[in-house]
Amino acid sequence: MSRLSRRNFLKLTGSSAAVGTLSLSPIAKAQQDQSPAATGSTTLPYPREAIAKLGDVAVNQPVYFNYPDNRSPCVMIRKGRNVKGGVGPDGDVVAYSTQCTHMGCPVNYDHEAETFKCPCHYSIFDPDNAGQMVIGHATESLPRIILEYDEAEDALLAVSVDGLIYGRQANII
Amino acid sequence: MTQFKDRIPLPPADAQKTNMACHFCIVGCGYHVYKWPANREGGRAADQNALGLDFTRQLPAMQLTMTPAMVNQIKDHDGTEHNIMILPDKECSVNQGLSSTRGGQMASVMYSEKTPIGERRLKYPLMYTGDDWVETNWERSMALYAGLTQRILDNDGADQLFFNLFDHGGAGGGFENTWATGKLIFTGLQTKMVRIHNRPAYNSECHASRDMGIGELNNSYEDAEVCDVIFSIGGNSYETQSNWFLAHWEPNLRGANIDKKQEWFPDEAVGKGKVILVDPRRTPTVAICETVAGKENVLHLALQPGTDTALFNGLLTYVVDQGWHDQAFIDEHTSGFEEMLAANRMELDECSRITGLDRADIIKAAEWAYKPKASGHAPRTMHAYEKGVIWGNDNYRIQSAIVNLVVATHNVGRRGTGVVRMGGHQEGYTRPPYPGGRPAPYIDQELIKGNGMMLTVWACNAFQTTINAETYRQVIKRRANIVNQALAEARGATTEELIDIVYDAVKNKGGLFIVDIDLYRTKFAEYSHLVLPATHPGEMNLTSMNGERRLRLSERFMDPPGIARPDCLIAADMANALKARYEVAGNTAMAERFAGFDWTTEEDAFNDGFRMAHEKEIDSQGGPTGHLATYERLSKAGNNGVQLPIKEYSDGKLIGTEMLYTDNNFSTDDGKAHFQPSSWNGFPEVIQKQKENYDFWINNGRTNQIWQSAYHDQHLAFRKGRYPMAPIEIHPDDAKALGITNGDIVEIYNDYGATNAMAYLEADLRRGHVFMMFGFPNGVQGDLVSEWTDPNHIPYYKGTWANLRRIGANPAYLREVSFKRRRYS
Repeated sequence: MSRLSRRNFLKLTGSSAAVGTLSLSPIAKAQQDQSPAATGSTTLPYPREAIAKLGDVAVNQPVYFNYPDNRSPCVMIRKGRNVKGGVGPDGDVVAYSTQCTHMGCPVNYDHEAETFKCPCHYSIFDPDNAGQMVIGHATESLPRIILEYDEAEDALLAVSVDGLIYGRQANII
Repeated sequence: MTQFKDRIPLPPADAQKTNMACHFCIVGCGYHVYKWPANREGGRAADQNALGLDFTRQLPAMQLTMTPAMVNQIKDHDGTEHNIMILPDKECSVNQGLSSTRGGQMASVMYSEKTPIGERRLKYPLMYTGDDWVETNWERSMALYAGLTQRILDNDGADQLFFNLFDHGGAGGGFENTWATGKLIFTGLQTKMVRIHNRPAYNSECHASRDMGIGELNNSYEDAEVCDVIFSIGGNSYETQSNWFLAHWEPNLRGANIDKKQEWFPDEAVGKGKVILVDPRRTPTVAICETVAGKENVLHLALQPGTDTALFNGLLTYVVDQGWHDQAFIDEHTSGFEEMLAANRMELDECSRITGLDRADIIKAAEWAYKPKASGHAPRTMHAYEKGVIWGNDNYRIQSAIVNLVVATHNVGRRGTGVVRMGGHQEGYTRPPYPGGRPAPYIDQELIKGNGMMLTVWACNAFQTTINAETYRQVIKRRANIVNQALAEARGATTEELIDIVYDAVKNKGGLFIVDIDLYRTKFAEYSHLVLPATHPGEMNLTSMNGERRLRLSERFMDPPGIARPDCLIAADMANALKARYEVAGNTAMAERFAGFDWTTEEDAFNDGFRMAHEKEIDSQGGPTGHLATYERLSKAGNNGVQLPIKEYSDGKLIGTEMLYTDNNFSTDDGKAHFQPSSWNGFPEVIQKQKENYDFWINNGRTNQIWQSAYHDQHLAFRKGRYPMAPIEIHPDDAKALGITNGDIVEIYNDYGATNAMAYLEADLRRGHVFMMFGFPNGVQGDLVSEWTDPNHIPYYKGTWANLRRIGANPAYLREVSFKRRRYS
């Protein structure tokens, strides 16, 4: 299991500017200056955050990080096989918020079942199927962190979120 | 639903706030509805939104549930648009702020022009012209309905007027609607040709318990918090009574309530709760119980299907032989014990042989549930049963066997005990006495035989939820088509001419005229001739009670779609139309039978029925003190409402009853609980033949994600993405032998019918057993079920054996559906 904060990853790569900010679009930059609650925008000003180097990510070993800010814990998993929404050369890397969409308890990754499990009300989510609820009491899939793969840098970047993160009115506070 | 996936509008601080009990399962969780103009949003600061929460920061876990499924945008009839948000109520003692996956989507199922599910709602009455549907209005619909009814009633008698009728609370039910329909059908039409919900006759699923003097909802959810043992029989409460399990069972099993138990029972030995689960299947509830309580505190009795009566007779015999029964209680407050014991006696070896359970496990169950505790006190064991019993091998007999054991050990009327059905939907029964006898006529078979000229289908759907369903559908469709042919030739006919034409088809040609009243155009409605649009809670005021008899008022907060009307007012429209026709005909006696429907609101129906049981002959779950409940008082009582029966109204509050029979005065003429002989019966002949002829036991039931016939869920992306087809759990080795893999569509077939389902491999199932979702639109388990019933015409849905074969896979389904394990362990 590895736990890479953005700062640590940037130290490791030594290419923080290139990976972390240069790829921000002008539109996204403009959106960052606005209050998302006031804009009514369908696309909030998500940051682009480098999470890890793909070569450093072991199959079926969770990589924990925060996104889109440091109060929102997330996890990235390299499945070792192509899965829905997966990125990277093999389409096998996915990431999710670890706050259960029901009441925000931290979900745990079950290596054997290959599911996320919430210890509070026993909801189960499938990382191989866009976070679909397998059983439980949420009304939403686990929010999916949209990733991009930068081939030149072998870097995995978080670029936005599909689904509302627990405990927020909007994903960007 | 909101168009945004990553942000939702907050209700402003001045948003309208009303009460809502969940539409769906028996538990009836409390929710609040917030409604505010669509062009406004509350701010993120705590004082800027109606929730009083600070959204400028990340909220901690367990603070609330607030998801996109909990908001929607609606438009009232005056054209104003509003946002709505429906959130669980933390102050409600039932759910304590928890939402289930069903209740949590209530906002999504409310009518909106902007959602796919809204598009599916019925908005106007529809008439079938013989080859197509046309929109019509209430006046013409009522003229046709009343005219044809009158013709049949006068010429052929009430026995030709058939009804498929709801009997429950929550959506599609409630005290207002059961009363109005009951008054129309039993007092006005005076027909006994009525069936209920998912069974083919007018009956109770708990006749046995009631005959023994014990109403089936006799404790409070709090009793599950303080009992020593939960004895769960044929239930799967995590999935189907979710927040009863999560808010009340789970803390007890986790050991969180020991202090509370000590406070309630200061002289008794108390400890962490234990649970015994009787079920041939290792359900998701079994797995969660083991996780919560530890395997050492969970006893799963995986008996052979259909052998429950033997288990409870064996337990009774063992308990009595050990002297663990309560002889003083039996002597003073019961009758028939010795006669029952002589009939039911079954030694452990035979019990073990029939049930397939180890002797040691049967003894362990007896010791946990009935052996005196270290302090010398009898354990407080709460018995809760559901479809494994209700739809089991002779409902009446199994239930008698359970209640015999419960009464012998005095596990009723003491806090921390109770013998209750877990329940499916909420309750809301208030009707004039049923005019038929017991057993009531087997309506489905009467229709199949060609009887009945007019069938009104009201808020239920037997095409998906009855036994012998394939044959039933075939006959209904054939008979409906006879009317279709007549209608197709009736171009330009006036309503009176139409009545003549339809009457000829149903009187002389074997046709059946069908009227369907519902929220959606269901599978049954597709074969109807007149479809009438109804409303559900939120679009009307509605009272219901939950599994602990907690009465609440769900308050109207929005307008219904189109010109849809509350069921109670539709019934009143029918009665008033009949009354007018009889007055025109000069038949004052008949006109009088349809009098007393001069209502303008659903509150009028509530006041006429539920609140009049002290004056009229009414079978009401509110009893003679129902009159103490008014809409105004219930509105003030909020989501905690009042537990029926109401004791008094004092200091501005309704005071209810937490537990029945605490005075040992049971619901019989002599006040004593009556034991009933219920010896082990073996299997009915038709079922035994199925067992011998087919390879798989077709167990069936619910999952938490799909409510009832999926009438809402089949239109919701979150649901149909999960279950585009009825899932069928099968052991991997059985699947392998048949060449079946996850996601394969399989045909299940026997001598009654054939249906399809989607394979879901699950190692926790036994070989030779499968588990199929019940009542699904595109895979009807009832197609495979025999017409056999218990003496009261209660179905034996669980008594089904069939074969399976692989059809093939649907790649689109494979892309959408997870096949990961559903057991939390």
